[in-house]
Amino acid sequence: MSKTVTDFERPVMELEKKIEEMRKYADNLDIAEEITKLENKVNQLRESIFANLTRWQRVQLARHPERPYTLDFVQHMLSDFVELHGDRQFGDDKAIVGGFGTLGKETVMLIGQQKGRDTKSNVYRNFGMMNPEGYRKALRLMRMAEKFQKPIITLLDTPGAYPGIEAEERGQAEAIARNLFEMSHLTVPIVVVIIGEGASGGALGMGVGDRILMFENAWYSVIAPESCSSILWRSWDYKEQAAEALKLTAPDLVEQGIVDRVVPEPPGGAHRSHEQAARILKEILLEELGELKKIKPEKLVKLRIEKFSKMGAWKD
Amino acid sequence: MAWFRRSKQNIQSEGRKETPDGLWTKCGGCGEIIHRKQLEQNLYTCPKCSFHFRIGSKEYFRILLDDGSFSEMDKKMQSTDPLNFVDTKKYSDRIKETIKKTGLNDAVRTGTGKVNKISVVVACMDFAFIGGSMGSVVGEKIARAIDKSLKTRYPMIIISSSGGARMMEAALSLMQLAKTSAKLAQLSDARIPFLSLLTDPTTGGVTASYAMLGDLNIAEPGALIGFAGPRVIRQTIGKDLPKGFQRSEFLLEKGFVDMVVHRKDMKETVARMLALLAN
Repeated sequence: MSKTVTDFERPVMELEKKIEEMRKYADNLDIAEEITKLENKVNQLRESIFANLTRWQRVQLARHPERPYTLDFVQHMLSDFVELHGDRQFGDDKAIVGGFGTLGKETVMLIGQQKGRDTKSNVYRNFGMMNPEGYRKALRLMRMAEKFQKPIITLLDTPGAYPGIEAEERGQAEAIARNLFEMSHLTVPIVVVIIGEGASGGALGMGVGDRILMFENAWYSVIAPESCSSILWRSWDYKEQAAEALKLTAPDLVEQGIVDRVVPEPPGGAHRSHEQAARILKEILLEELGELKKIKPEKLVKLRIEKFSKMGAWKD
Repeated sequence: MAWFRRSKQNIQSEGRKETPDGLWTKCGGCGEIIHRKQLEQNLYTCPKCSFHFRIGSKEYFRILLDDGSFSEMDKKMQSTDPLNFVDTKKYSDRIKETIKKTGLNDAVRTGTGKVNKISVVVACMDFAFIGGSMGSVVGEKIARAIDKSLKTRYPMIIISSSGGARMMEAALSLMQLAKTSAKLAQLSDARIPFLSLLTDPTTGGVTASYAMLGDLNIAEPGALIGFAGPRVIRQTIGKDLPKGFQRSEFLLEKGFVDMVVHRKDMKETVARMLALLAN
């Protein structure tokens, strides 16, 4: 059972706890019927809560400390994963993991941003905030995938690119720009999945692809709601309004023509079952890659550039 | 002479650096009082300390292009406020007011022109329009300018001046980074030159897309160029930033711009480069 509970999950968690307690005595007492009734009630309650999540609540789920991260998806989706390290220029960015692995029957290059679970691992992973060498490591791996004609899967989950002195010195902006530029004309299929937080350029720096998928309770926008609040409202207190205004959820992004497909999460959110979340994603990835494999490389690039060229809204 | 002097400089105002309307103006670099005419003649740079004032597309086109050669494209394109964005003000009202105040329709103007008789496609951003922020209109106008460049095979020049992606179009603004970069990949594959001119300030999403993707990146002296803004970095690391950090000369030193060029020499430099690439 989940250790961290958001406010809106609490009623469900409390009922679940009650059921668990009742189960302990179920052998002695004839309360099976009672338990089933309560279980139905829990399911109904969960459904009604999750059907009406506000945008800010979804942001909280996207940041849930028990949410599956890249390495959890690797563990449950791939066999034979071999992690590869370094950008061959400066170092190895721990905020991102990448390597070849087998998805279904085929070799893929999987690259994803990686957060830590506790303070120690979060420091090691720099809280999932990449430095320039991270984007360059990703690019090196993607070019290798292209060389060996393997499809690329990128998983996005970052609170942003790291805003530090050294990051600027080593060209954070150039590293992100270069990835956008190169990813748009790589000749192998690229599937992008926003699994948690998709914060601005830091996420997009690995986010150009033929299919953009997004988990039901992930968020993706140009800025985090808190920062948006601090800039536009000049106070940190308007994060809920900012989240609403930014329209940053998966269904919002489908409507805006940015995301192709929403990946459904297990009941109660992806943090309730990593395995199930990974199983759902795996099935969708196999389906999408199967479709993309049929498209010739030149056509693939042309369609990808056209896809991004269409994004936006304007009047002449 | 001031008769009262602060012992410590604990309050600093960033100051407005836009082109002033008055007859006299104070240099943002050395404090020199300069007459408007003199400033104009000096291409809006300080005659004493070479401080580069922020200027708009109108001034820049006049500096860079041959007289009367500019022909504007997509002049009327405007934002539609696709998300019905409201913060302390409605975005649609903000646009209307800014259009009225600046006489511009959005934060970039594009078109064709000539630099010492060499035909080019050119785009120049206007910082005066919501901080030169990039939303759908900026992205689309730049994408169409690149299409024009692909069609005519004229070299592409973009003069950047921007605070980054426009928050009020949220993810749609973010996608303009990918959109413009993807179009530049096409241009690059067609072997057409792209010159990126970086002016003060060029930060955020614009730096993280086309501004850093020039075959040549040319910066004006002293321009702030970076991904994260200095305030955000200061907050994150809790330390003061080194002098000259994220300025043009710093980027030259770190290897991210090819040259730092005074505004007075910009046209000659661009023309020489284009001639070298064409011959």
